[in-house]
Amino acid sequence: MEKNLKFYIKLFWSTFSLSAFTIGGGYVIVPLMRKKFVEELNWIEEEEMLNLVAISQSAPGPIAVNTSIMVGYRLAGVFGSFVTIVGTILPPLIIITVIAQFYTVFKENKIINALLLGMRAGVAAVILDVIIKMVNDIIKTKNKISILIMIIALLASVVFDINAALIIIVSGAFGAFYYNIYKKEGKV
Amino acid sequence: MILLEIFWSFFQIGLFAIGGGYAALPLIEHQVLEAHNWLTLTEFADLLTISQMTPGPIALNASTFVGTRVAGLPGAIVATIGCVTPSCIIVLILSYFYFKYKNLSSIQGILKGLRPAVVSLIASAGLSILMLAVFKSEDITIWNMSLSDINFISIILVSVGVFVLRKYKMDPIKVMIATGIVGIFIYGVM
Repeated sequence: MEKNLKFYIKLFWSTFSLSAFTIGGGYVIVPLMRKKFVEELNWIEEEEMLNLVAISQSAPGPIAVNTSIMVGYRLAGVFGSFVTIVGTILPPLIIITVIAQFYTVFKENKIINALLLGMRAGVAAVILDVIIKMVNDIIKTKNKISILIMIIALLASVVFDINAALIIIVSGAFGAFYYNIYKKEGKV
Repeated sequence: MILLEIFWSFFQIGLFAIGGGYAALPLIEHQVLEAHNWLTLTEFADLLTISQMTPGPIALNASTFVGTRVAGLPGAIVATIGCVTPSCIIVLILSYFYFKYKNLSSIQGILKGLRPAVVSLIASAGLSILMLAVFKSEDITIWNMSLSDINFISIILVSVGVFVLRKYKMDPIKVMIATGIVGIFIYGVM
């Protein structure tokens, strides 16, 4: 991939538009980043993207910011992460600065509320599409351990409401034990 | 001086919020209501609503909102930079080590265990967003849902959305804008 001006503009615009149009915070932006960089642009491989998200989730700070830093670094080093982080922080800075001036009007406006209610459905559809794709990819590997980890982690998170960082740490520790010590097979 | 205070407050929020924007909310509450009297309780409630209603990462929305109320545009910029500075430092260091050592077999084992769990975490967050879209009430869970709370228009929108995304590979941003416009016509005009 050639690192010309066009590349950097595309990198900036990708993170900028995701941050500007995605309602629902980091957990919505991250799956969309995966869709953008893995499926649409083919700049990052699926497995690598999941690695980056795992690391971003275990680090402090907003997950969308952390993931954009890692994606930027992966694609173009420190300067790349500078580009993606500016892309991610600019939209909230602009939008909220404007809204904070007259937020009572914004909060009670019927049209804006209708727009946001409709967009919620769109966001849910996009997320559902991403989830179907990712779960399919794990099932397709036919790796029983991976499928088991996925099911247990889902139950832990949805039913028992266990903290995401704890789930990450436990599954990573299990992977280290199972693949490195028990099976002695580190290849993916 | 106030700018320095804002920076330091949001630096701490960024540093201790492990697990994303929702983990940052209690920290923000402590900083703006208890440590400093930057917002009233009502303003803080509005901050939560607006951070979740508007696009972008929730922690950044909250930073900008507080910064603007306290010290205008410079406040907003300083709060945002404060919030992301810990991430920049820590994540860049992690990135450096990850890309240097990712091919070691011991690291591969850990990552192989992690990946399915990450899929589940994203799925879990996605499910709560789906529930929010499909039910009228805000505090619905799998345990107390009832048929009368279902928003059927939303179910149709979600289904059509998933269909065009999977079948025609439509751009997600276009799908979100389209459902927003449909929302204006259905909920706003009718």
